[in-house]
Amino acid sequence: MSFIECKNLSHIYNQGQSNEHIAVENVNLKIEAGEFVAILGTNGSGKSTLAKHFNGLLLPSSGRCLVNGMDTTEEDKMWDIRRQIGMVFQNPDNQIIAAIVEDDVGFGPENIGMEPHEIRRNVTSALRMVDMEEYRNFSPHHLSGGQKQRVAIAGALAMNSKCLVLDEPTAMLDPRGRHEVIDTVNMLNKEKGITIIYITHFMEEAALADRILVMDRGHMIAAGTPREIFQDIGAMKKRGLAVPMAAELAYRLKQKGVKITESVINTKDLVKVLCPSN
Amino acid sequence: MSIELKNVSYTYMAKTPFEHLALNDISLTIPEGKITAIAGHTGSGKSTLIQHFNGLLKPDSGVVLVDGTDIGSKNNEAKMARRKVGIAFQYPEHQLFEETIAQDIAFGPKNMGCGPEETDSRVKYAMDFVNLDYNKYADRSPFHLSGGQKRRAAIAGILALKPKYLVLDEPTAGLDPKGRESLMGRILKLHKEEGTTIVLISHNMDDIAQYADNVIILSKGKVLIQASPEEAFSRVDAIHQAGLELPEIKEILNELAAKGLPIENNAYTMEKAVSEILSVLGRQGKC
Repeated sequence: MSFIECKNLSHIYNQGQSNEHIAVENVNLKIEAGEFVAILGTNGSGKSTLAKHFNGLLLPSSGRCLVNGMDTTEEDKMWDIRRQIGMVFQNPDNQIIAAIVEDDVGFGPENIGMEPHEIRRNVTSALRMVDMEEYRNFSPHHLSGGQKQRVAIAGALAMNSKCLVLDEPTAMLDPRGRHEVIDTVNMLNKEKGITIIYITHFMEEAALADRILVMDRGHMIAAGTPREIFQDIGAMKKRGLAVPMAAELAYRLKQKGVKITESVINTKDLVKVLCPSN
Repeated sequence: MSIELKNVSYTYMAKTPFEHLALNDISLTIPEGKITAIAGHTGSGKSTLIQHFNGLLKPDSGVVLVDGTDIGSKNNEAKMARRKVGIAFQYPEHQLFEETIAQDIAFGPKNMGCGPEETDSRVKYAMDFVNLDYNKYADRSPFHLSGGQKRRAAIAGILALKPKYLVLDEPTAGLDPKGRESLMGRILKLHKEEGTTIVLISHNMDDIAQYADNVIILSKGKVLIQASPEEAFSRVDAIHQAGLELPEIKEILNELAAKGLPIENNAYTMEKAVSEILSVLGRQGKC
């Protein structure tokens, strides 16, 4: 059984009204526990709509979404599903609610009726995991964007979430903040086995995933390893997307007649191709 | 002519325990007709700084001159000078509020006292500039647009004010690569065809390298660097000290050079990187 499975999932906004809009159509996908999956797609391609199905924030108009075998439309399973899957959104200021960091991280656990000693333990371990323990008594408003996003991640971890769905968590951050978040996410995946579903417009971030899913106008049109997905630069551009900078550079060199037969998606690949002594 | 700041300081919540010196004795010049990029990590004072450009914030000390006029004065001249500067804040689409796109864009010009005809023509001009078809979109609700379209509609609302200086805070944040390219293309067109001075606040160092004539780097409320992109990006330590990074393409070239590719390594844009590498490979007879 896959951790998340979508079967013929469609989502239609304003169904039956004049402004009806099919945001996601007939998507089939499986995400295994422990995977790091990136979702790419242009604005309006249905990425966020799809992602909101994974913890039942949205329910399918048709088709099904299963989390650990539980159907998201079964109301009595909803809390169980939400406990397993934490969401982190783009704007850190919209998802922090408490006046002190540790209260914010403890809000979710408290809400589901966790025992106080367990809350305390979870908050401490969650803050430690995202390297924010020293800020536990800070006001969130005095944190940087990257720190706020890590607090938001800690909020999900304190619920013992097994999976994080991150919807463009770095779009508003400066380079340092972006690194903090992506490094944290990568560590949680590799060392703690947390399943990651990561929506982004930054191709360099997507290149870190095990697998990339590409959405286009509501459909899932491609899936594969970063190497497979970023190989076809022409196709990515046609979709309104891009490739990592190193891949773009290799592509342009090839167009100018440089012989590059190996696939290049990162700087390391490029070094191998252009600096043969290494 | 220019926007000029002389010894500007600004403190939030002065004389409280939360007192925070956001701008510390800043002097800088935004020259007319150029593209100036401002970078700095979160909390470095960028947003506080740009709010001084049109008097949304008043400096605690120092002066802000727009084309030589002190915009802190109370006279009509200062008011007109403030109007020369249009600011599109981060996520400007959150500020859309009218029922139709045309009404939303018309809000500014109307407020400035433009008559119906002038307002109408400005709305058409602005929509045309951001590539939103007037006939198709004028009467639609701005809330039913896609993310990229909303962003452009919101920016059109600023363009309708016909600012001489257009300040854009992270205009491409959250847009997909195509949307990013298309919006930057529109901004460049405005710059080239109308001569609008552009001030671009950005975290994207590759964008800065590609588009900017001047770079201002802020750190802890002070100007750390004010230079051409070439010069700014050659000061690696200062860039890192400011919590920023080099353009990705520059990082790639540095790595190639470190691993023995004998490039000159002066490039900081994709085009120049390609030609540098080609010239090395050409010398080596590899292409």
